[in-house]
Amino acid sequence: MIGLNWLAPYDFSPATILGYVLVLGFYGYGLLKMPEDNRPGSGRILVFVVGVMLCYGVMQTRFDYYSQYMFFIHRGQHLILHHLGPLLIALSNPLPVMQFLYSRIKPGIRRALSPLGWIYRFLQHPAVASFLFVGLIYFWLWPPIHFNAMLSRDLYWIMNWSMLLDGLLFWWLILDPRSPVSGNALGYGKRILLLALVAVPQIILGATIVFSQGMVYDVYEVCGRAWPMAPETDQLLGGLITWIPPAMMSILGILIILRRAMREDGKAFPYSEKLKATHS
Amino acid sequence: MNNPFRSRLSGRLSIIVVAMTTVILAGCFGDAKSWRSKDITGLMPELAFELTDASGDTVTADKTDGEIRMLFFGFTSCPDVCPATLRKLSRAVSGMPDQWQNDTRIIFVSVDPQRDTPERIKSYVDFFSDRAIGLTGEEKALRALSKRYRTTFGYDDPDAEGNYNVSHSGAVYVFDRKGNARLLFRPDLTIEDIRTDLVALAQESGV
Repeated sequence: MIGLNWLAPYDFSPATILGYVLVLGFYGYGLLKMPEDNRPGSGRILVFVVGVMLCYGVMQTRFDYYSQYMFFIHRGQHLILHHLGPLLIALSNPLPVMQFLYSRIKPGIRRALSPLGWIYRFLQHPAVASFLFVGLIYFWLWPPIHFNAMLSRDLYWIMNWSMLLDGLLFWWLILDPRSPVSGNALGYGKRILLLALVAVPQIILGATIVFSQGMVYDVYEVCGRAWPMAPETDQLLGGLITWIPPAMMSILGILIILRRAMREDGKAFPYSEKLKATHS
Repeated sequence: MNNPFRSRLSGRLSIIVVAMTTVILAGCFGDAKSWRSKDITGLMPELAFELTDASGDTVTADKTDGEIRMLFFGFTSCPDVCPATLRKLSRAVSGMPDQWQNDTRIIFVSVDPQRDTPERIKSYVDFFSDRAIGLTGEEKALRALSKRYRTTFGYDDPDAEGNYNVSHSGAVYVFDRKGNARLLFRPDLTIEDIRTDLVALAQESGV
């Protein structure tokens, strides 16, 4: 019973559950139906599913309750929605599955979906993507906005979904498996630069929260905490979670990109060339 | 596809849009209203509850329709926040012009139904103000109500004498005569600020 209580959503959202079911459903369908030589291996499938389920877990289990009433757990929730979950999903390289699913869409519907492509290309402009990535963190942590977001159920959902979608866009831009040598993907140097650039404002924000004297986010005081904890401790932990893990994830991202760049150095045919060739 | 002019254009366009978004967002935060407390219009659902009053009868929110209602969660054994808040609200109300005093209602909801019997709650709230009513209910109903207003409460482990502390919201949720959520009184608000906002709210939706 206790286990069931923990897994049950605190704020049941049919749309959210439907979204996750559709993502996993389409992914599973693609895996089963796609040609075997393109199918991701079990490791990649596992990484994808873990990424998706982590995001689901912080949105639709008891974790969400604690995120609403403890600042530092809320920061942990956003760390997963905006960083860790999307990073794992992008790292698992679901591109072949997505390309297969796309090939199954009827041409008429594909044309109707083309405006989405324009929006996508606009959002994936490096300047827009990095501005949004850092801007959203600052926006939702701006004290008056944060207060409202924690008071309003609608705003709260918009906040969490916007963080997740933006996280997916950003980490997909960074970890795009297509090679910049042979395609339109962002160059490795630019990817590394972006990762370094977005880390700086996050470090500043986290440090500001950690070292602030008074209470920056009093909504947790006003609306009651999940359990009695000194407000200063809660804020300090929240600040540290805003500060250190995202900076570490930028480093991790840089290392992954460096490894790819080094593997492609001096190769006439980059390793991702095969992937592209089969779908052009 | 790889037209350099187009890609440069789209690059510039992106930067312009980013700059414009910044300006627009900055404009959003200008607040025209001059409440002394926090304006929560549109952020929270209207007042609705089904609880038990001092005589053990079921009470719903519409019984107090037409009044400015101040909803507050607490418990009668509360050492500091609850008595301080109730005293503050009661003084703010008693300092209002007579014509508005009877249009206000302090709704004290005990989230400690184990210890707080309806009689105990009644004698507790009556001590502070004749404009206050005390309500409680089963824990499930109380959980649903606190969740509706984005707050929570929790119980500490009891000590040797069986006394325990209860963590709860320190805020007062204010609803207008129609039951719309309008203001949030933070614990640091002064009596004068509370009174000013209550009068403004009473006048605004006056009879």
